[in-house]
Amino acid sequence: MDFGPHFLIASLEGAITAAILALTAMGLSIVFGVMRVVNVAHGEFYMLGAVIAWWVAHLIGIHPALGFVAALLLAPLLVGVLAAAADKLILQKIGYDPDRTIVGTIGLLYIIQQSTLMTFGPDARPVQPPFNTRLSIPWFEFGDNGFEIIWPWGLGTTSYKLFVIFAAIVILTGLWAVMTRTKIGLIMRATQQDNEMARAFGVPVERVYAWVFGLGAALAAAGAVLVVPIQQAHYLMGGDPLLLSFIVVIIGGLGSLPGTVIAAIFIGMSDGIISVFFSPTLAKIIATLVVAMVLVFRPQGLLGKANP
Amino acid sequence: MAAVTILSTTGLTKSYGGVVANNDIDFTLPAGQIMALIGPNGAGKSTFVGMLCGRISATAGKVYFDGEDVSHLPAHKRISLGIAYTFQITSIFAGLSIHENVALAVRRRLGNASAQVEEKVAEVLERVGLSDRAQQRAGDLSYGHQRILEIAMGLAQEPRLFILDEPTQGLAETEIEEFIALVKSLAGEATILLIEHNMDVVMKTADYITVFNFGEILAEGTPMEIRDNEAVQAAYLGTAQDA
Amino acid sequence: MTDTRRSQALHAGVILLLIALFFVLPAYHVGNLARILVLAVYAMGYNLLFGYTGLLSLGHALFFAAGMYGLGMTMQFFDLDPATAFGSGLIAALVVSAVVGFLALRTSGVAFMIVTLMFAQAGYLTILYFGEYTRGDEGFVIQQAERVFAGFDLTGPTERYVAALLLFSVCFSLIAYIVQSPFGRSLVAIRENEERAKMLGYDVVRHKLKAVIISGVMSGAAGAGYALLFGYAGATFATVQYSILPLLWVLLGGAGVTIGPLIGTAFMFYLIDYSSSITTAYMLVAGVVLVLLTLFAPQGLAGEIRKRALPWLP
Repeated sequence: MDFGPHFLIASLEGAITAAILALTAMGLSIVFGVMRVVNVAHGEFYMLGAVIAWWVAHLIGIHPALGFVAALLLAPLLVGVLAAAADKLILQKIGYDPDRTIVGTIGLLYIIQQSTLMTFGPDARPVQPPFNTRLSIPWFEFGDNGFEIIWPWGLGTTSYKLFVIFAAIVILTGLWAVMTRTKIGLIMRATQQDNEMARAFGVPVERVYAWVFGLGAALAAAGAVLVVPIQQAHYLMGGDPLLLSFIVVIIGGLGSLPGTVIAAIFIGMSDGIISVFFSPTLAKIIATLVVAMVLVFRPQGLLGKANP
Repeated sequence: MAAVTILSTTGLTKSYGGVVANNDIDFTLPAGQIMALIGPNGAGKSTFVGMLCGRISATAGKVYFDGEDVSHLPAHKRISLGIAYTFQITSIFAGLSIHENVALAVRRRLGNASAQVEEKVAEVLERVGLSDRAQQRAGDLSYGHQRILEIAMGLAQEPRLFILDEPTQGLAETEIEEFIALVKSLAGEATILLIEHNMDVVMKTADYITVFNFGEILAEGTPMEIRDNEAVQAAYLGTAQDA
Repeated sequence: MTDTRRSQALHAGVILLLIALFFVLPAYHVGNLARILVLAVYAMGYNLLFGYTGLLSLGHALFFAAGMYGLGMTMQFFDLDPATAFGSGLIAALVVSAVVGFLALRTSGVAFMIVTLMFAQAGYLTILYFGEYTRGDEGFVIQQAERVFAGFDLTGPTERYVAALLLFSVCFSLIAYIVQSPFGRSLVAIRENEERAKMLGYDVVRHKLKAVIISGVMSGAAGAGYALLFGYAGATFATVQYSILPLLWVLLGGAGVTIGPLIGTAFMFYLIDYSSSITTAYMLVAGVVLVLLTLFAPQGLAGEIRKRALPWLP
């Protein structure tokens, strides 16, 4: 294949990574933005979403589409409830102290991951996509006959992959509408700005925190459900999304929601594109160092505003 | 004036994103004096002393300590030149013993000489009347005693310039009397710059008063002169009266 | 007895006890104890930074690995003798911790944790990237023939225990000395109230940098010691998990107490040893312990002892 079609494929793969990453990182970002704590177990909620998706699809098993839809509804719900419970049982008890929250969520990470290993086992398991039509993509070139449209071998995608991008956009738009247009969103934003003041105005801050923590985890789970028909569910799959989400949230500015989306697109696209052309390990080394340097020299994020 | 100047500023300015907290302040403090900084809340007094000791970076202007330009020195270097500072909101090592709080202040100067450190700590605790509580946890002290401990940490540094930001805030009457006595006993040992709202304390201790208003120096003079100054009265009556 | 005397007696007592254990314990546990002692050195290095200075790093595996590979690679490719290779492990850890400290200390709190995590991750990936030399995740074995120092075969159980105890005792005494010195006390002051420490004239940034470097070099010494005594270096030791383990040991044993790391490491070692005989998911135990500690005993075992019975514990 020539460079052009190759690049188009890479961009498409990048767009899928970006879509999933935007969902997952948004979960982390909302939790940090509203509660000011870092949830190290975020990647495990993602993994749990994928694993539950496999269970649900497996149990229903009549038709792939039915199982998938059920998983898309149930997995985020279950993961969200679990996260809210963890918030009530652990984080609330330690008063959301930043250091202790990190240590506590590291503990939670191992508990979720290892419990999955004990029940789900060490194997990677696939989920059937609900639909998977192959779509070829045309390319053009100037040949002997002038301008002509060709169908290069290998240049194509599937309807499901396009659906992932579409679904991510729908979920994020819905989230944005909730945050800006509804009373729930208003309460969340008020708590984010000043939780003492919110409390004084009768906002049940503890309950808001539990909801936000659940919502953050549910977003990660939703991203994972979308991804399992492409990747497989595995008990160690939470590591990479956690790291990438960190990177996105930091580059986008801690707690800034539009920044998070922009950074997710940027990181997802470049990750997809770079890993097609370079060694993925080298790409990861560079990305990790860049993020560390951003935190050191521009802690408000690349897109965040500098403090006066 | 014949007296040696220990601290001075020229054109010292601080602005926070366009809001000017301190504007072009020229200030001189003669060695050995007890100077009070007064002024309504928000007049920029704390910002000013923050810039003197380097906690707050100045937007423009210079600070001279003992004839040297210290404008570019970080806070800890300025402190080690002989400045001590007490915070407006009490700041001590709450989890450590009272002895250790004072010892930390002494050790920075005396380092490893443990016998001398012990001697100095004992002397300072004796002076402020905290000797019998030396092994208590500082965080368990009453509010008034915590303030006194912070002053003790200042004394322990044997500073040439001692900056106190509202030291009597929240103290009981008797504690205030003790504080006044303590400050007076320091005359001759150190130059003192005192931010103070309690006019009784100011009148009893200060040799000289500088009045801040809207980030500028409104008036300077002896306590008598300031008491009779109409601009000062207007500034106070027009804003805060809690002083 | 003064507090200083008590503390000297305690530290000497611990070392004497460890010597005595060698003669009392069966061979299997002596082998375990050698491993625990080396890992406790890692935990002590971590404790200086976390327990005494109040800086929570999530990237100490980088320093451990720097020591490990600093020794392993030079033995493998330059045929250095164990002592020189150990020195090069320390130098590697020194350089890495100085660079990381210089950069990461520009941040604080949560950002510091994430930056250290990122640097360690970059270090881990670098080891994988140069897999041709480092053998990546698989790692490489340091042959028995090379692990002979001054006529002592460090693979023998007695020599190994002696070497581990020696490394531990040196670091243990050093930590005890540091934390009771004016320098160590000013680290505690920074942990308790950084702004106040600064306004007492302490150069907070320099103190913290020194703490990172001492902590990093000690972690590196543990890494180098581990590779030398157990004959293996692998990228697993550079993973996030190995950054979290010393945090876990220190929290369990008691942060900011000199004997905390040893207690925590030994306790956790046997807990995991026991649970891995039952299930492959033995890290579940670590997770549960972490959560329980966060909730109920943030001071750890030795911390609780200090609070309830022995307030003079350094």
